[in-house]
Amino acid sequence: MTAISLPRALNHRRLLRKLPDYLILIALAAACCYPFYWTLEIAVGNGEQVFDFPPPLWPREAGWQHFIAVWDAIPMGRFFWNSLWISGLTTLGTLIVSSLAAFPLAKLRFRGRQLVFYAILATLLLPSEINFISNFVTITRLGLDDTRLGVVLPSLAGAFGIYLMKHAFEEIPDEIIDAASMDGANDWQVFSRICLPLSLPYLATLGIFTLVWSWNVYVWPSVVLKTPELYPLSVGVLYLKGAFATSTRMVAAGAVLAILPVLAVFIFCQRYFMRGMDGAVK
Amino acid sequence: MTQSSARNAWLFLSPALLLMGVFTFWPLLFGSYVAFTRYDLISPPQWAGLDNFRYLLDDPVFWQAMANSLRYLLVVPLIQLAGIALAVLVNQALPGIKLFRAAFYLPVITTVSVVGIMWNWMYADYGVLNSALHWLGWLAPERDIGFLSDENLALYSVMFVTFWRGIGYYMVLYLAGLQAIPAEMQEAARLDGANSWQRFWKITLPMLKPTILFCSLISTLDALKAFEEVLVMTRGAPLNSTFTALYYAFHQGFNQLDFGRGSAAGLVLTLVCLMLAWLNFKLIRADHR
Repeated sequence: MTAISLPRALNHRRLLRKLPDYLILIALAAACCYPFYWTLEIAVGNGEQVFDFPPPLWPREAGWQHFIAVWDAIPMGRFFWNSLWISGLTTLGTLIVSSLAAFPLAKLRFRGRQLVFYAILATLLLPSEINFISNFVTITRLGLDDTRLGVVLPSLAGAFGIYLMKHAFEEIPDEIIDAASMDGANDWQVFSRICLPLSLPYLATLGIFTLVWSWNVYVWPSVVLKTPELYPLSVGVLYLKGAFATSTRMVAAGAVLAILPVLAVFIFCQRYFMRGMDGAVK
Repeated sequence: MTQSSARNAWLFLSPALLLMGVFTFWPLLFGSYVAFTRYDLISPPQWAGLDNFRYLLDDPVFWQAMANSLRYLLVVPLIQLAGIALAVLVNQALPGIKLFRAAFYLPVITTVSVVGIMWNWMYADYGVLNSALHWLGWLAPERDIGFLSDENLALYSVMFVTFWRGIGYYMVLYLAGLQAIPAEMQEAARLDGANSWQRFWKITLPMLKPTILFCSLISTLDALKAFEEVLVMTRGAPLNSTFTALYYAFHQGFNQLDFGRGSAAGLVLTLVCLMLAWLNFKLIRADHR
């Protein structure tokens, strides 16, 4: 009896001691998430007054009609598809380009290795947003302005991805690679059959990071794209605000719809976010 | 053997180097050139010497934008302190702690356009913040605080959104730093009789130093480059009071179609960024001695 109840009593006492921490955490989390809750409340609410105060804890006459109305009134499905297209291609491309570049930087000996690595790393210090002007010229010259490919192309090669994958490959012991080389594997085989499979967790991390980042990116697509049919959700939501300036609830519903997919990915893949950061610091 | 390896190395690197060459390194050169020209994208750039820089020197909006970008650095120490505090809080093994981590990270993974919509409503005259102040009786019923329409306040309102949006990001970075500290060290100090406050100052903080330096560098650069929040919330208004350096460059280029002036402003900002990064590295090195 006592053997069972004793740890439980201890546990209760421990939790009680942690109560102040919990209270602080709850207060901060509530403050952090309140704008989201408020927006959701506006979207599902149906009262006369859009902005009540104090806002009801639970919206009056809640309903989903604004979500349906937004979906019907605006090519939300189309925006959704564009977001999927852009972030899918960006993610796939980033994984390929980053791991290809990281492999020789981590595992091959050649002249200029350090120079190339530092040149790539140095780009982190430069304000990449300044490139918008030149990149817009380049994309226009390539005939890719107002295309989704023009949105994707400039972001495929980035220092973060290359750095993270280099870190992943460096964790693979050289002995495994030497053994494979002895057995006659060439560089490509070492890369594709040994290094890639062994760094799957890092690939997953980079993939999820890129997916979420490219789903949310706003400025560059709004510069490149002119045709509303090509807008991703991030740009489409503000377009919505222009089109429905009077229907606050519709705008709120659109905003909620725009963040839901990312939220779902985040909830299922939380540990990859934490691990990716881990790699970034090291 | 080594010969083929070197050739292969460049083959592996070629897609990244090609893309970076076109979209990262070339813009540096081209942008630096355009800064000395008159350029509207339609006709080719025309050499203008120092005209753009002279224009910037005379433009009060540019000076205001630069000053605002420096003011934005105020976010750096605040977000570091808050990030460390939050990381310490969520580094405990408590039931449901993952839920709290997720809650703090939520603003980080929200697109800036939605952030702008939400905060424009929060800050509006009829928004939650003003209503709360009325309700608490801290603000006369007929008065509203113009969070985004008062020229003395708007920049700080925008900065607060940057803070809110970034705090979860630094929390996670510091969390990684905290978890890299060996548990034995804390345990040994505990056995020697150090209380939790002493353990934080004598062990946690010194061990966290590399993370603090890394985070300070990136948040300094991010503060200098702040502009997305301005773009979606105020577009520089009211009375140009929320212009930042990067928003100024963007505005000159894509709104005024004067890409020469935009590039010139961008070049100045790039130099400021490099200078601050260099200063940061100097401090790190001085610290290592």
